[in-house]
Amino acid sequence: MSITANAGDIDRRLLMDRSVSGRKAFTLPESDVPVQRMPDSSFLRDDVELPEVSQLEVIRYFSVLSQLNFSIDTNFYPLGSCTMKYNPKINDELANLPGLADIHPLQPDETVQGAIRLLKDLQDDLGEITGLPGVSLAPLAGAQGEYAGLLIARAYHEARDDSARTVAIVPDSAHGTNPASAAMAGLEVVTVRSDDQGNVDVENLRELANENTAVFMITIPSTLGLFEPNILEINKIVHDSGGLVYADGANLNALLGLVKLGDLGVDICHSNLHKTFSTPHGGGGPGSGPVMVTDELAKFLPKPVAMKTDAGYVMATPENSVGAINGFHGSFSIAARAYAYIKALGLEGLQSVSENAIISANYIQAKLRDKYDLAADRYCMHETVLSATKQKKRGIAGLDIAKRLLDFGIHAPTMYFPMIVDEALMVEPTESESKETLDHFIAVMRQIDDEIDSSPELILEAPHDLPVTRLDEATAARKPVLRWTAESG
Amino acid sequence: MASLVPSGNTSTNHPYIPSTDLERQEMLGVIGVDSLDGLLGDIPVEHRHPDLNLDVGLAEQELSTLFGSIAAENASSSSGHISFLGAGSYSHYIPSTVRSIMQRGEFVTAYTPYQPEAAQGTLQVGFEFQTVICQLTGMEVANAGMYDGPTAFAEACLMAARVTKRTKVGVLSSADSRLPDTLLAYSKYQGIEIVGITPDATEIPDDLACIGIQSPNFFGEIEDVERLTKLAHDNGALSVVHVNPTALGMFKAPGELDVDIVTAEGQPLGVPMAFGGPYVGLFACKKAHIRQMPGRIIGRTTDTKGRTGYALTLQTREQHIRRERATSNICTSTQLIGLMVTVYTATLGKQGIKDLANLCYQKAHYAASEIDKLNGFSVETMSAGGTFFHEFVVKCPGSPAKINAALLSNKIIGGLDISDRFENGMLVCVTETSSKADIDKFVKALSEIGASA
Repeated sequence: MSITANAGDIDRRLLMDRSVSGRKAFTLPESDVPVQRMPDSSFLRDDVELPEVSQLEVIRYFSVLSQLNFSIDTNFYPLGSCTMKYNPKINDELANLPGLADIHPLQPDETVQGAIRLLKDLQDDLGEITGLPGVSLAPLAGAQGEYAGLLIARAYHEARDDSARTVAIVPDSAHGTNPASAAMAGLEVVTVRSDDQGNVDVENLRELANENTAVFMITIPSTLGLFEPNILEINKIVHDSGGLVYADGANLNALLGLVKLGDLGVDICHSNLHKTFSTPHGGGGPGSGPVMVTDELAKFLPKPVAMKTDAGYVMATPENSVGAINGFHGSFSIAARAYAYIKALGLEGLQSVSENAIISANYIQAKLRDKYDLAADRYCMHETVLSATKQKKRGIAGLDIAKRLLDFGIHAPTMYFPMIVDEALMVEPTESESKETLDHFIAVMRQIDDEIDSSPELILEAPHDLPVTRLDEATAARKPVLRWTAESG
Repeated sequence: MASLVPSGNTSTNHPYIPSTDLERQEMLGVIGVDSLDGLLGDIPVEHRHPDLNLDVGLAEQELSTLFGSIAAENASSSSGHISFLGAGSYSHYIPSTVRSIMQRGEFVTAYTPYQPEAAQGTLQVGFEFQTVICQLTGMEVANAGMYDGPTAFAEACLMAARVTKRTKVGVLSSADSRLPDTLLAYSKYQGIEIVGITPDATEIPDDLACIGIQSPNFFGEIEDVERLTKLAHDNGALSVVHVNPTALGMFKAPGELDVDIVTAEGQPLGVPMAFGGPYVGLFACKKAHIRQMPGRIIGRTTDTKGRTGYALTLQTREQHIRRERATSNICTSTQLIGLMVTVYTATLGKQGIKDLANLCYQKAHYAASEIDKLNGFSVETMSAGGTFFHEFVVKCPGSPAKINAALLSNKIIGGLDISDRFENGMLVCVTETSSKADIDKFVKALSEIGASA
């Protein structure tokens, strides 16, 4: 039997199917202590079924797998609301320095003064950028930041003996974590409508805000990529009802140096360091979602908070802290990367980030608006939400366009979100991409629209040349296979 | 003659931002505005362009210098310190394979695999990760990762409450306080009551959703998981066990003991201690409960040409679909740390995980036996007849805080002061990264400090 020459063939076998008894990738040192008595055998287990492969096989296996991915390092990735910007390499290098990567979280404060100083400086910078000076870096992701913010809101009302406030008002355009976090915080979720311009329906909000309102959660700019023009009035309505305003800072990349959330009347916000502050997304985490609050609310922050005292830097627990929302101090090495990013850019650089992110998104919008409908016909902030409704009428859905983009080496925009927009394609180019890249994307999007009439099968069957074509996700959910087994491979 | 003024690079661009002034003007022209402010009309003008008190940007070389000075203010093995801290974060050698693969930008700079065709690398790694967690724990299914150990434990207790439709959660009193503390923060507005259970309990309330057990417990001792699990089941409750994954190279897997949900801190499996994070929470359970499981799950399927591929699955449990009725608000699998765990376990392999657990066991028991010989010190874990892993409680002749201060002047970071839980107690942790010489140095220092205490 002959072997077909095809350098592009990928061996997708799992590690267990590559395992050969007796192979190893690693050797541990011999024990240098006298032999100790072993526990009773009833406590002990047989072998753990882990693979037996050589060191080169480990490296080659994972290296080849990595090449099956799209990533920022290799592709334009205009995934809306995810802020897929350049992740500077120096940040990874610095976060892994000896003295940062190898310190234990329970070391005495006096042995980790550098680490706590870094956290304190980052807290100060985030407080300055958002105009909300009370900062805890504890939350491990945006959703945890949200949850921490809601705990703070509840603690604030309880401290005022106003604990009947059990409603979170959430716009219909909100990210799914907002209502999910509110439910975890024991809040009833009440939805406020968006108007035909994509803004919060102010009159609807006025009807909903009352003595039961604990908090109003608003994403700024909104998930439609729009800055809420009535933000001051909205925040006043909420405050007049006795509620607090929580800003989801997922889209903070549009606001650096242009406006401070605290100045607008926001009481609490979170920021995703893995979006605005360039820390790598890692294929789905780790993230970091610091929570920022007004001075008045700082005593409720989750622990710990880095503080500077006469005796040096300390990790402290705020007076009326909502407690520990995870094991230690948050994502320290993610915080270190974000700190490096802020220091590398400085004030002017950060302003330039938002300016360029906004210009790039509007440029794409201006160049595609004749072919694709816009969710809202006005200038956007850092992302533009297109709607493929016209394309849908010609037989091609937003999903198909997304898949066809992959054929051109461009990652798909965020699809079908926000849910209030039909056939939504949310495009966020970020400041990292050059005009040539934007022009290429625009040209591809226009060509795909042309292909609907000339060669629709190209779109419907896309992607063509990736490691797999479209996957049968229904069967995956109906008959879940979630791990390797000796029987199924 | 050429000018003597250096021409240099006069561009004001930042290295992270490609657009030049000229290109920006061109794009603004296409958009149809004169300047950026033409796009900011919705931002209240009185709040636009606020003053910001931030430093000027640093060049990469300056940034390196700054971080060098920050790192130099910390004590670690790189400054010649030896440490005996554990309690949820452990010092282990990280193989070169892990560090090498962690430099693959294709993994590091990808997003959550919402477009599976363009993320098969991330997805296959996640499937491998789920496999490894099942193999280590002996459980049927695992998710793709949680934030960290304590949040995984908290979510497991909440899941047990959903499965049993009960609202009281029992937590063993021998557990790390971080577990019930995090559970409290996660559950306090969900009508969940946390009840303390002693490890030797023979009866529990008949309306518990679960018994939450840490084994090895906070003090390093192996709990009788089998007995406690049976006790839970006899009362209609689930058994939730929080393990140390390194110990699973040696001790019985929870899956062999009929445990319902297993959680762990994944950090010991190849992840730097990094002052507490990021880590990854491990989460596995019986297949019967899978639709109540929180977090991302990756499944195998086929493409339109019949080829094997992987995709996120069972997403109807999750927040982006179910919103306020989701099993959790979690929106990540901490995938990159999961990758570290996957490369680490692949590197150690079947023999390595066993050898590692044994090495840690030998060293910790050697240290304990040497300390137990010292005047004034006694190892409480051993005298209780317990079997321990990694960690043990030392009763000191005086305040552990004072002893630790004296140790620090010898460049030794002593064990954790647990005098709040155990009189003059110090929780000492020894792993494979401590040499016999390190342990002997520690024991000698304790002996000298003890004599003067």
